[in-house]
Amino acid sequence: MAIVTPQRPEALAPERPLNAPVRFLRRPTGYTKGVWGWMTTVDHKKIGIMYSATAFIFFLIGGLEALLLRIQLGAPDQTFLRADTYNQIFTMHGTTMIFLVIMPLSAGLANYLLPIMIGARDVAFPRINALGYWVFLAGGLFMYSSFFLGGAPNGGWFGYVPLTRNLPGHNIDYWIFGLQILGIASLSGAVNLIVTVINMRAPGMSLMRMPIFVWMSLVAQFLLLFAIPVITVALFLLSFDRLFSTNFFNVAAGSDPLLWQHLFWMFGHPEVYILILPAMGIVSEVLPVFSRKPLFGYQVMVFSGIAIGFMGWGVWAHHMFATGLGPVAVSAFSASTMFIAVPTGVKIFNWISTMWKGKLTFPTPMLFAIGFVAMFTIGGLSGVTHGVVPADTQQTDTYYIVAHFHYVLFGGSMFGLFAGAYYWYPKFAGRLLDERLGKIHFWLMFVGFNMTFGPFHILGLQGMPRRVYTYPEGRGWDVWNLVSTIGSFVIALSILTFIVNMWKCRKPQEVGDDPWDARTLEWTIPSPPPEYNFKEIPLVTSRDELWHRKYTEDEHGRSVKRAVPVGQPKMAHSEVEPSPAEPHEGSDVVGEQTGEHGEGPGEGHSEEHEEHIHMPSPSYWPLLTAVGMPILSYGMIYKTWAVAILGGVWIFGSLYAWALEPATAPEDTPVHGPDTSGEDLESVTAG
Amino acid sequence: MRRNRRLAFSASLFLFLAACAENAPQDTLEPQGPVARQIDQLINPVFIVAGLVFVLVEGLVLVAAFKFRAKPDSPEPEQIHGNTRLEVGWTLIPALILLAVAVPTIAVIFDLAEKPENPVNVTVIGHQFWWEYRYDDLGVVTANELRMPVGRPVLLTLNSDDVIHSFWIPALAGKTDVVPGRSNTMSFSADTPGEYIGQCTEFCGDSHANMRAKAIAMTPQDFDAWVAGQRAASVKAVGGTPAEEGALAFAQKGCGTCHTVEGVSEGIIGPNLTHFATRTTFAGSIFDNNDANLRKWLRDPQGEKPGNKMIIPGAPLTPDEITKLIVYLNTLR
Repeated sequence: MAIVTPQRPEALAPERPLNAPVRFLRRPTGYTKGVWGWMTTVDHKKIGIMYSATAFIFFLIGGLEALLLRIQLGAPDQTFLRADTYNQIFTMHGTTMIFLVIMPLSAGLANYLLPIMIGARDVAFPRINALGYWVFLAGGLFMYSSFFLGGAPNGGWFGYVPLTRNLPGHNIDYWIFGLQILGIASLSGAVNLIVTVINMRAPGMSLMRMPIFVWMSLVAQFLLLFAIPVITVALFLLSFDRLFSTNFFNVAAGSDPLLWQHLFWMFGHPEVYILILPAMGIVSEVLPVFSRKPLFGYQVMVFSGIAIGFMGWGVWAHHMFATGLGPVAVSAFSASTMFIAVPTGVKIFNWISTMWKGKLTFPTPMLFAIGFVAMFTIGGLSGVTHGVVPADTQQTDTYYIVAHFHYVLFGGSMFGLFAGAYYWYPKFAGRLLDERLGKIHFWLMFVGFNMTFGPFHILGLQGMPRRVYTYPEGRGWDVWNLVSTIGSFVIALSILTFIVNMWKCRKPQEVGDDPWDARTLEWTIPSPPPEYNFKEIPLVTSRDELWHRKYTEDEHGRSVKRAVPVGQPKMAHSEVEPSPAEPHEGSDVVGEQTGEHGEGPGEGHSEEHEEHIHMPSPSYWPLLTAVGMPILSYGMIYKTWAVAILGGVWIFGSLYAWALEPATAPEDTPVHGPDTSGEDLESVTAG
Repeated sequence: MRRNRRLAFSASLFLFLAACAENAPQDTLEPQGPVARQIDQLINPVFIVAGLVFVLVEGLVLVAAFKFRAKPDSPEPEQIHGNTRLEVGWTLIPALILLAVAVPTIAVIFDLAEKPENPVNVTVIGHQFWWEYRYDDLGVVTANELRMPVGRPVLLTLNSDDVIHSFWIPALAGKTDVVPGRSNTMSFSADTPGEYIGQCTEFCGDSHANMRAKAIAMTPQDFDAWVAGQRAASVKAVGGTPAEEGALAFAQKGCGTCHTVEGVSEGIIGPNLTHFATRTTFAGSIFDNNDANLRKWLRDPQGEKPGNKMIIPGAPLTPDEITKLIVYLNTLR
């Protein structure tokens, strides 16, 4: 292809081999830069950035939709939006924020950070990783194309049948096929990250030494792995009903519409934890760094996260308390809904204890992390009140619920993700975000958020239902709706501040490896990291590895800076030298690593390897495979079978070509060498 | 600090404000019947406990943030990795609090599931976007307004004609979904005569917002009189009057295809209009029943209520036809 720059700057062997085969569709290599470099990349960091950037653009779109909704509801009897327009926009607002914003933002962060935090050079399946991103983008664009092709989905993000079975037009079909495409992205991402975390940890990185963000992301990926198939089945049934007039949800033929609700919420409730667990992980990374204390009760934090993951499967019917399930089922789900608050509450108290007796500084990431704890608590408490089923029959489908889940997903997930964005931005971009603008962003968002969503509690208890495009005067809802609408613009202003901040801080500066004096492995490597992350695979001797390299503890348990940091890269191939300090928490399992690392580099460190670091080569096939999916979907929706078959052939052709393509192009060269740790990524990655 | 305290304060004020709001006729915290009151009494202590936990947690966050902020002379903090006793404590104590909430909750769930004795049986049918009420024991069919005697519970059997709706009169009871193919039931009663409003709370299409509900509680005598009136034939239009012309327009414009007027037409798609003039509201209770509103409605039903099924064949009605129809509808007592 056209844009192939002949040299990669880091390469020690700069010349592109002259005898490399020249083909029409030449395999992109490490030499490929620019747009093509991004489009064919399999580097988990670039993919993470693309995930995050795309999700942020969708965040702006979803936010604009929210503003339109708030303008319409700012006063009674408004005619700013027509009913059907409003219904399309609220459906797309919910669908966007969940599937195209919070999930991919978490996926982006996990993609970028998980391999680095466990001391790996890439994910287990780099090309599948690229596929996940491109499929996500294809699914998002596909769903949004509906706005220009007859109207966007209008059945709510929950898509209840029989309404969604009956609605005319193709709006709902875009929703169904869009979500199916996005499900493929999520599933491939989940498998990839799970395998990465389980198989590719650096020597010494036992499970209980993993950073808590890795843990929470791992739990979330497992939830995805089991939840996505459930909604996939539900969506297939619905699409067959709509396309081929099957009767899965045809009441006249004897179907029970509650089947859809059970399937949807059996996906939908674990989904809630998929959205919140990574943010909990981020906050659990940020609070210790700026409290200069380790996370309080690491084990309990890990196990409460796992407990939430398990219990999250036993509460789905609390979305259905008004559907007439009968008192026995309702009581069981009432109890499970209340008791899932226990592991969540434990986390909140442990976060507070992490701050307690610390030495707290308040840069922007810390503000967002504390904001998370404060706001998530409110969402958690209102969540418990939903468990009181008789009261829930008053609250459900009112703005009280809207308040609840915005406190969880915005006050929770988004605040957590912003904490992560400010915290890791220097790692991604090579410079800190502006602190002054960051603080303005936080306080505007904090005030705007509470102005917008706080009044929803009142409105809901005053009986204002959800999903109404208008409401009459005389219900007592006017004032709080106006306050909320004003608040939504304050949030918009805060987002604008964030954009200005990123624009201002787009050029890298010398920020150093470790600007926050942090605790985990990602801060041991340059900012931004080189393509291969670690020149030498680190040897991990404790939880909070970096902290223990920099600090030891005195007799009172206080941190004392080491005169000479220990555990620098050399450790990996010199004989293992445990830190001279008394054993720290979690540092007693050094020997475990070899067993856990099938073909990991545990052995063979002693000999110097003269080999170079081989990173997998870029590939067109993930992108091309993804392009086939909307083609197939358009063909299905419009029952244009030729197009559908074209899409199918396209996908399978791309996959076939992919299968024949070696992970590393023969003409590609190592990015760096020699690799003194002997780790050869090529040998441990497949897809 | 001041701002945060105000936040905590205003958050705890939410309930207070919501409870004291004036002119909020759909308020969930102003019960007007025994069922709603039982729910209210169950949730109020939970709100108080939640409020206390809120103050405790947010207080601890603020104390931690202010007390332990780094000062120039702060030493490096002790590296505390956890405290098993504390962590067991804040696992068990919330669990016990929740147990204390769960037990009465489950008791009330079973209590409310019991069917009342000697109820007024009503079959409620949800339509896009209006409610039909059938008093089969009494031989009455009406729409939009549920009439009920005070002091005696109504037992609603909920069915849907199309998609899922949810029936809700917050002052009287929580909501119950109206699921096609299923027959959910709910029962409640009102303390005093009066009008209690609510609306559909399950998204049911374009005009979900325009599917309101209303319960009118009456003294037993008034209720019996109302039943008698509904059972009687509606007043027939007298020949040669404007009402007679209206009846003609009703027939010519095909209104009877969808609407029943006993003795005149048998349509079942729209509300039964036999005693239309006795209703206080129409069109899913979005309009008070008066001539001006009827004129607005008949002029452009799709504009007033998008997506509803009232489609007048042969383009809009002329003002003259509308006038005649209004006169006719007003005779249907």
